[in-house]
Parts: sequence; C-alpha cells; structure tokens
Amino acid sequence: MRERGAPVSQRIAGTARSAGRRPVRRFRRRDVAVVGALLGMAVLLDVVVVWGPALASVGLSFTSWDGLGDIRWVGGDNYANLVRDHPAFWPAVRHNLLWVAFLGLVATPFGLLLAVLVDRGVRFSRFYQSVLYLPVVLSLAVVGFMAQLLLGTDQGVVNTVIGDGRDPVDWLGDPRVNLWMMMLAASWRHTGYVMILYLAGLKSVDPTLKEAAALDGASERQTFFHVTLPALRPVNVVVGVITVIEALRAFDIVYAVNKGRNGLELLSVLITDNIIGEASRIGFGSAIAVVLLGFSLVFVVTFLAHEWRGAHDT
Amino acid sequence: MTPEPQSSVPAGAPAPSPARPGRERHPRRGRYGARRGRHGTRRGQYGVHLFLAAVSLVFAAPLLLAVHASLRPYEETARHGYLSWPKKLSFAYYHEAYTSSGMGRHFLNTLVIAVPAVVVTLFLAAFVAFAVARLRLRGGLALLMFFTAGNLLPPQVLVTPLYVLFLRIDLPWWMSDSMSLYDSYWAVVVVNIGFQLGFCVFVLAQFMRTLPQDILEAAVVDGAGVWTRFWRITLPLCRPALAALATLEFTWIYNDFLWALVFLSDPDKLPVTSALNNLRGQFFTDHNLLAAGSILVALPTILVFLLLQRHFVAGLTLGAGKG
Repeated sequence: MRERGAPVSQRIAGTARSAGRRPVRRFRRRDVAVVGALLGMAVLLDVVVVWGPALASVGLSFTSWDGLGDIRWVGGDNYANLVRDHPAFWPAVRHNLLWVAFLGLVATPFGLLLAVLVDRGVRFSRFYQSVLYLPVVLSLAVVGFMAQLLLGTDQGVVNTVIGDGRDPVDWLGDPRVNLWMMMLAASWRHTGYVMILYLAGLKSVDPTLKEAAALDGASERQTFFHVTLPALRPVNVVVGVITVIEALRAFDIVYAVNKGRNGLELLSVLITDNIIGEASRIGFGSAIAVVLLGFSLVFVVTFLAHEWRGAHDT
Repeated sequence: MTPEPQSSVPAGAPAPSPARPGRERHPRRGRYGARRGRHGTRRGQYGVHLFLAAVSLVFAAPLLLAVHASLRPYEETARHGYLSWPKKLSFAYYHEAYTSSGMGRHFLNTLVIAVPAVVVTLFLAAFVAFAVARLRLRGGLALLMFFTAGNLLPPQVLVTPLYVLFLRIDLPWWMSDSMSLYDSYWAVVVVNIGFQLGFCVFVLAQFMRTLPQDILEAAVVDGAGVWTRFWRITLPLCRPALAALATLEFTWIYNDFLWALVFLSDPDKLPVTSALNNLRGQFFTDHNLLAAGSILVALPTILVFLLLQRHFVAGLTLGAGKG
C-alpha cells in the first residue's frame, strides 16, 4: 500500500525484507536521493564554511605566517607571546569577561522582567513590545553612532543636560568610563532581543499550570519562580547561550566608535587587527581566535550539558 | 504600529493544542481573551503601565533624538545643543546623506547579498530540520548538534582560513569580475548562509517537533514522497516560524559588518552599513548628516520588522512548555 508507486520488483524485495527492517520501506529511491542531496548540500556547506575553517584556525595558531610566504611551524610561541608580551591581550580578556557578566547579570534579567510585564497583557502591550524591540533591528554600527550623538564631549545630549561646560566628561574617550557606556549601548539592543525570546516562551507555557498554582494559593511571585521559570528551561538555555555568544562576538559597536582602542580593546578587535591589518600576523591572530573559541566553548558546553541532563530527566 | 491581536494568523499556526485543526485557526484570539480575563484584576496595572511607558521612552529616546537631529541644520544644533527647540526643520540632510554616500548603490549591494542568503538559508535549514524532527533519521540529534554548535563559533575564528580559501578559488568572469571568490558577492552570500544555518535549523527543528505527527503519517499512507511531505505538508505549517526567522535573518545579514569588510575589497561593492563611513569627513563630521544617514540605513529593517512582527512571537517558540 505504501509503495504504490514503486516498481514491482522493488515492492517484492521490500516486502521480503520488511520483516526485519520496517523503517527502510518508508523511503523510495527518489526519497533517498532528495534527502541525500539536500542534507548533503547543507552539511557540505557547514563543513566548508564553519567547521573546516575553525579547525584550520586552530592549526594556523601554531604557525607563523604573513599570508603570502611560507607557513612556518612555531609550536606554542604565539600563545607564549600573547600571554607575556602583547599589551592589549589581558585588557581585552578582562573587557570580554566583563561584557559577558554585564549582559548576563543586567541586560538579560531586565529583558526577562520586561517580557513578564508585557505578557501580562495590559493595554498597549503590543506597542510597548514594538518599541522595546526596535533597537534590535538597528545595526551595531548605527548604535555606535547613536552613542556618539548622545555621549559626545561637546555637543552630546548627556553633557548638555548635565550642563557642566567647564570640565565635560569624555564618555567615549575616557578609558575609565567608555567601556561601561559601550556595554550600556549593547544592552539597549540585547534587552529587546531577550525580551522577545522570553515572550515567545511565556506564550507557550501551559496556562493551566499557572491556574493550578493560583488555586493552590501560590502568590504571583511564587508562581513565577516555582512554576513559570522552570517551564521556561529550554528558553533559558537558548537565551544563556545567545547572551554569551553576543558578548564574546561584540565587535561592530566598538569598531564603529573608535576602532576598539583606548579602553575598548576586545578579543574580536585584536583578531581583526592582526589578520586584516597591515601587519598581517595570521598565526598570531589565529592564536587569539583560538582563545576566544576556548572561552565560548567553556560557556556553551556548560549550558548544553545542563540542558541535556535536564532533558534526560523528563 | 500596533496591529490588533485579532489579526488573522495563517492557518495552522502551532497552538497549545495543535492536534485539533479546527481550533488552530485563531490561537491568539482565544489566548488573548483568556489572558484578559485572568489578569483582569486592576491591582498593579497602573504600576506596570508606568514602568513600561518609562522604559519605552528611554529605549526610544536615542532614536527620537537622532530623528530630531537629522531634521535640523548643523549651525543651529552646534550653537544651541541638541536639546534646544528647533527653529528650522528640513529633510535636506536625508537627500544629502543619500546622494553623497552613494547609498542607492550600497542599498542594492545589500539586497544582492541579503535576499539570496535569507532564502537559501531558510530553505536548507527547513529541510535539515525536517529531516531531524520529522523523518526521525538515525543520528538526527548528532546532526542537530553539528549545525547548532557551528553557529556558536565566534566569526572571527573563521575569518583567516576562509579568506585564504576564497583567494585561491577561481571563478569565471561572468560570476565574479575579480576572477576569484574573494571580492565577490558569492563569498559573502555563501558565508552568511553557512554561518546562519545553525540557528535556523535549531529554531525550525524545535518548531517542527510541536507539529502533529498524524498528518505526516496520513501522507505516508497515501504514498507521498519525502519531497511532498516536506514541501507540501510541513512547510506550510511552519509559516509563523519561517516569518520570524526571515525577519531575524534579514536583520542580521543586513546589519553584518564583518564578512563584507573581510571578503570584499572593492569599495563599490560594500553593503549599506559601510556606506555610513563615507559620511564621515577626515577632520570634521557633521553629526546631523550622520544621523540622517543612520536613519536611512535603519529604515528597511524597521519596515521588515513592522510588517512581519505579527508572526514574530508566535513563530519563535523555542520548544518551551510542550507538555
């Protein structure tokens, strides 16, 4: 019945074998071709564009290369140089970790709070949702520019409001404050993104769960922390991963403000400078890339391991 | 700006009870109604309103200020500051920003990159997700991990090897006037597809897992091949997720800065995000002009979001609370 279209010989062969391996019958030859071609294309693309280069980067990090001449094996020299001699390396690591902490501890919880409030369905919540999400669609280059408009030394809006004309704060130039301003600007975008993800999650939480909790006399806060939040576990994992990745990838915004110098050093900027800058120190840049890869793997593996363990429990 | 919640969602949007097709048609209407009733108590409503309105104002302020600045001449804001009351408003800066940065051409470049990239990414990702979530292939979970983890790598890790690879791949002149994959749109499109695939596979697989399995089984009984089951049966049900992903992906690829910077060398080929830099003078930058440029650059993504936002939240269900 299932194999109406298949040639007779194949059908007979299919029934003969079907006793042992039932699922095979679901795929005809044409189906196998379709699955093979499309899956193969996707996998090939991912290998060529993502996994191959990632492994190649790890390899290149142990070599010295200017992009043109010979590739020379130098062992761990790049890493040793990086840790000992490169002045911008430790500040960049510190800034990246601070960025992760800031997005994770400030922007993400704030996004969750906004999602919960919008989800309560007060009037105009659609409007609030749109406005709060709006920054997400802006490119970080545009966000960087808006930061300049707001925080510029002479004509910036903030300084105009503060009105201290004699000794204006250089919000974007002063290395003591500029990183914080950049993290605020990045959070402006990140919060809306997190909010929309949680909003989607909240709408799919079974409402009867909350009703049951309310009937049992749980307060709204108790319901949220003991019923809703655990039900959001898959979303929490996704948001956690996205937060870490966004924080480690941060690049455009500081690049748009001052090319990532003077207090705004980030690992991503160091990589870009070393690889496509004039120096063209590809091996060295790759070593920084591997450090960045290490950081993201630590976070991501932790999150995913948590998710898998949770998934096995249920 | 704020479409009514009753606005019709395409049939088949996944709902709390996707098993009954009859109840699927307007999941939002039913849910919103219930929500209103449940939170009908007025206690705390004003507090929530006040808080959300205040936060919205703060969030919108930079954008409003940019609009305000872009409409005023530089001499005026230079003398009185950006917060002063405007004496003269004009759209002159928009015209200047558009023409002096060659924005039209750069907009076109961005479309040449973003449209094929979004379409191909969604198509391939949908099929992979279909294979993982609906065909129940052996090793499906491993495949899912393979793609999802790939999306989590920082792009800078991939830059060098891809750069070298693209320099060595020759293309015929009718595909690329640089005769190589480097400095051609193909490079940027291919990298964007490969890099975004993981996220889309992940979201679509989660979404497809919430679809009822019996429709597919009925199709199998009717002798439908894999392609029919994918294209005719599963994809139409995924419209909300596809709309949400199309919005996100268009925004991301549109806003991308790095890939174009690395893989394109001809300034005429750069996408619109880089055109903003043409508005910066070497010694002097007219911020009001830059504000007009920024708004022009941001406009397409804002429009796409407003057009598709109706499907947005419904389509992003990341597999929460399935039971």
